[in-house]
Amino acid sequence: MKVHQPSTINQQPKYLKLSGLEPLIVTPESNFINVGERTNVAGSKKFLRLIKDRNFEEALSVAREQVENGAQIIDINMDDGLIDGKEAMVKFLNLVIAEPDISRVPIMIDSSKWEIIEAGLQVVQGKCVVNSISLKEGEAEFIHHAKLIKRYGAAVIVMAFDETGQADNYDRRIEIASRSYDILVNQVKFAPEDIIFDLNIFPVATGMDEHKKNAIDFIEATRWVRENLPYVSVSGGVSNVSFSFRGNDPVREAMHSVFLYHAIQAGMNIGIVNPAMLEVYDDIPKDLLDRVEDVMFDRREDATERLLDFAETVIGTAKESKIDLSWREEPLQKRITRALVKGIDEFILEDIEEARQAADKPIEVIEGNLMTGMNVVGDLFGSGKMFLPQVVKSARVMKKAVGYLLPYIEEEKKVQAAKSPKPPKGALKNSETSVPPSGARGKILMATVKGDVHDIGKNIVGVVLACNNYEIIDLGVMVPPEKIIATAKEENVDAIGLSGLITPSLDEMVFLAKEMQRQNFKVPLLIGGATTSKAHTAVKIDTEYECAVVHINDASRAVTVVGDLLKRETSASYKDNLKTEYNTFRQDFLKRQKVKIYLPISEARKNKYQIDWNTSEITKPKQLGVQALKDFDLSLLEEFIDWTPFFRSWELHGKYPNILTDKVVGEQASELFEDAKKMLQKIISEKLLEARAVFGIFEANTVNDDDIELVPLAPKGGTAHSHEFVPPLGARGTGAGGTFRTLRQQSKKAAGKPNIALADFIAPKESGTQDYIGCFCVSTGFGTQELASKYEKEHDDYNSIMVKALADRLAEALAEYLHKKVRTQYWGYASEENLSNDDLISEKYKGIRPAPGYPACPDHLEKLTIWELLKVKENIGVELTESLAMWPAASVSGYYFANPEARYFGLGKIKEDQIEDFAKRKNMNLDEATKWLKTNLAD
Amino acid sequence: MMNKIQQALQNRILILDGAMGTMLQRYKFSEEDFRGERFKDFHKSVKGNNDLLSITQPKAIAEIHSKYFAAGADIVETNTFSSTTIAMADYDMQDLVYELNYESAKIAKKVAEEFTAKEPNKPRFVAGAIGPTNKTASMSPDVNDPGFRAISFEQLRVAYRQQAEALIDGGVDLLLVETIFDTLNAKAALFAIDEIKEERNLDIPIMISGTITDASGRTLSGQTAEAFLISISHIPLLSVGFNCALGAKQLTPHLEVIANRTNLAVSAYPNAGLPNAFGEYDESPSQMAEQVKEYLDKQLVNIIGGCCGTTPEHIKAIAEIASQYSPRPVFSSENIAL
Repeated sequence: MKVHQPSTINQQPKYLKLSGLEPLIVTPESNFINVGERTNVAGSKKFLRLIKDRNFEEALSVAREQVENGAQIIDINMDDGLIDGKEAMVKFLNLVIAEPDISRVPIMIDSSKWEIIEAGLQVVQGKCVVNSISLKEGEAEFIHHAKLIKRYGAAVIVMAFDETGQADNYDRRIEIASRSYDILVNQVKFAPEDIIFDLNIFPVATGMDEHKKNAIDFIEATRWVRENLPYVSVSGGVSNVSFSFRGNDPVREAMHSVFLYHAIQAGMNIGIVNPAMLEVYDDIPKDLLDRVEDVMFDRREDATERLLDFAETVIGTAKESKIDLSWREEPLQKRITRALVKGIDEFILEDIEEARQAADKPIEVIEGNLMTGMNVVGDLFGSGKMFLPQVVKSARVMKKAVGYLLPYIEEEKKVQAAKSPKPPKGALKNSETSVPPSGARGKILMATVKGDVHDIGKNIVGVVLACNNYEIIDLGVMVPPEKIIATAKEENVDAIGLSGLITPSLDEMVFLAKEMQRQNFKVPLLIGGATTSKAHTAVKIDTEYECAVVHINDASRAVTVVGDLLKRETSASYKDNLKTEYNTFRQDFLKRQKVKIYLPISEARKNKYQIDWNTSEITKPKQLGVQALKDFDLSLLEEFIDWTPFFRSWELHGKYPNILTDKVVGEQASELFEDAKKMLQKIISEKLLEARAVFGIFEANTVNDDDIELVPLAPKGGTAHSHEFVPPLGARGTGAGGTFRTLRQQSKKAAGKPNIALADFIAPKESGTQDYIGCFCVSTGFGTQELASKYEKEHDDYNSIMVKALADRLAEALAEYLHKKVRTQYWGYASEENLSNDDLISEKYKGIRPAPGYPACPDHLEKLTIWELLKVKENIGVELTESLAMWPAASVSGYYFANPEARYFGLGKIKEDQIEDFAKRKNMNLDEATKWLKTNLAD
Repeated sequence: MMNKIQQALQNRILILDGAMGTMLQRYKFSEEDFRGERFKDFHKSVKGNNDLLSITQPKAIAEIHSKYFAAGADIVETNTFSSTTIAMADYDMQDLVYELNYESAKIAKKVAEEFTAKEPNKPRFVAGAIGPTNKTASMSPDVNDPGFRAISFEQLRVAYRQQAEALIDGGVDLLLVETIFDTLNAKAALFAIDEIKEERNLDIPIMISGTITDASGRTLSGQTAEAFLISISHIPLLSVGFNCALGAKQLTPHLEVIANRTNLAVSAYPNAGLPNAFGEYDESPSQMAEQVKEYLDKQLVNIIGGCCGTTPEHIKAIAEIASQYSPRPVFSSENIAL
């Protein structure tokens, strides 16, 4: 046996090592570690609002966005008087942990309350950073907390704070830092590499003498700490330094970069910096740089005054440029680029005419001048400096210009054809929707699949891709698979994009993938739309098609994905990576699924939601039967509009009205909102859209656990228009269409939690209590298509998308309005209610109005029963497609449940036994039932 | 002061035992055998509760330990993989947790002492086996409710604490927190052990062994091997490594990741290959020893043994080949002076 020789091969150096799902090791070679701070209720009004509203879903997207934007650690803080901080911290962390694309980075648990920190440490598997502890409350508490942090396995931020206060000069900083270090390392045996000092960044140029040395003292103390306290890190919140220049971003940005530049050199290696508030050091104008450095280093008595003077000139120029038209004096290309970037169409035709006269051929104006401008737009959008509504406006300018040039190009073609026997290959057939006729980077077919009518997202992606010089062949909505396949072949497209919003569309996409495989297609398949997900794409679609399949849910990602897919250099490796990525994702997803336990449906029924029918409050409706409203006054709806989803459809995230003042997207949101208001006034005053509604309230009781049996009644007359209710004849055996079949949650619940079905909210027949149910359909979509097409013809995608997005909002507003009327008048079970629009949005009303196709009742089939009961098509003209989507798209249908205990819930996955039972109850064959419920079937 | 096992680690590759379950299957114990006299009227079926056999069939357990020591093992694991209140809830036997751990430790320690007495230059050790429990602290069992957790850190800490104290009282030489598929569970175990160490002023060595569930190189809770290593490095450890889920061959790249990134000793006890179509492990002792040779050639390990499907024959083959190699150089963790 060989004798062991000590060697140094695995002697590990002492670096700060953190982990999420993946490691983060801070070495002397590491770049500055940026901590994401948007998930901090103290620092972000938006995040605070989301947590207060318990909108954890959107709060998660804030976290995700930060990680995607490069945050290497995310700071999470729930310290707010109106929040149960401990509960919110645990809840949010648990959700974060379940999102691998967020939890891959380490977490900084930020609170001034120890109980919140400890609760956080108990739910995170990775090595976190605690932010923060200090000697403020004395040594005993400091040691106690440090010991526990060590035992939980976290690193720690130590604030330069002690019993007498916060360190505000050089000596105090090093005094507190060395004392803290000594206690931690020698008494607590805390690993020195796990200590991070926050040496307090304070503002400079405040006009107060005692603040003059704030920056330089921090920088010098940092240098001392890094040289004298081995292995530690230094961190801080950078934006504090420029606090006195709030409102003057150019100066603040310069101050941040100057400060960071010197602090990093001194040894600051971690920090909270908003990347949007940072100028490139080298790009700071010399005079500004000098003045900022004078302030930072306290080099002149009058440093602050000189920077203030300079700051005024910066503000001044920024304000002026907004109103002046001096850019009209600039060279032609600059003017065209500016018009595209700013979305100004006022002068574009005269500029294009000038360009056309200067060019040899009209096509050169598109390929040269316009593409140069659009490339700038693409770059700015790609780097997050432009937002979606701006890009769509750019596209409007672009299309207007192309529209102007087309007749000249056609003319040129004729001339060429006359000259030569062969016509040139300039594929102009899709000039309606495609921007560049030639020289495009690729041709992309886009379609909303068969049976589905929703196209806002698809149109946005189409516009953005067109802006990036792709030729878009848009086949519109309800496109049959044969047509997609045939067009793709005929046009020899480079990629196919499928969109859909309702669940049956998912199957259509799977079918198309199979068909593309069978016909040996080799082009990438892009999947998008509200119901689609990476999981569904990976598990159900990717497996059917050998070539690349990508799930894309926002327009900005579409550009990079399509770019990587079609660029010759990256294509092959990118496709390989996608396949591997989806494969891994699939494996992980399937593995996670296994944990789930389901009850047989008979067991689930035994655990139903129990309402005490002896005491439950049931109000007899004031009016039973069916009523319809046509020519509804749209102006009544304005106050019922929930604007938040409107902004989301434009990929501007945040809650209305705060989004209008949001730091990042506020300006764009306000502009978009102005345009929307204008359009809305136009729609209302010119009656461009028509709103219609039909609803009915019936006597009903639950039978056989899950079925709601209706007793049809003759109506007593309606408000605007009514019709005789005729009980449908027994089309499918028992129940004769007067029965709603509900589905029941089947996953095993924690003790005391019921397995709910909507039927639980209606009194069962055997209770002997007469109960009631309502259902409705509303639409504001009549006229949408005509109006949108009109804008499309004018090359105005911006307004076309705007009309559709507004119609959707109006339909939701009408549903809200009608529900209120039903609650307070027609049914009258809540006649005393007095709720604001915000209350309505957060569903504070009594009773619920769940919609088929949504979480409580994902089965679309019950729409057929509603249509039959209310004679929806005959009464108001809203139809159902083969996939049971409503047409026009801006329509909402659903049930009314009045019981005070009724609440929204998600059905979740169900098992085959319930589908079999459901098929029997509906008297339909099992295959058909399975087809409709497939997306809800547990694997 | 270096204790005996740390000294042994400096000098040679230590051999851990193989599977307990695989060996117990050979006895073909019936429900009555599992119950014994004491639990003959117990209200629930207990067949399959292997840990209970330490009370009802202590001879079989001692015999298996003995076979592994005879095959060349330096360390055997106590028969306590599921002896926490959390895992025993399946059998309604939470009340037995102290006794199960204490008795299992006693049985193994007695066999170890017999072997040490016979061969004083090769001292034998007992590792108190602390399994992952059947609940996870950082994953939700409900896909519709990703924020839900079936167990809390605090519940785990209490359960692990009970188990570790009973094992220590029973005389184990070290603790082995093993088959970690959720790092947060392991952190709760380490937290509990660290509390005991402080309260009893005791320096008992701790081995940590995670489980990489597939070729993605991650634990079930999603961490990469390196992130796992970082997450459990705050408590002084004797060794870190991996066991279960994979065969020796599949485990190699993940062992390399940690072997290159830690000063601690590295342990590995893979399964006897991957399960075949019938769910059985069928890699033979010589095949497995051949795979293990790669670890030794690359100097990846300090402690090596077997998990599911391995037998004394496997351990014998592994011990023979390991005796021809020197161990991976180890740097002391902070609490041990070199």
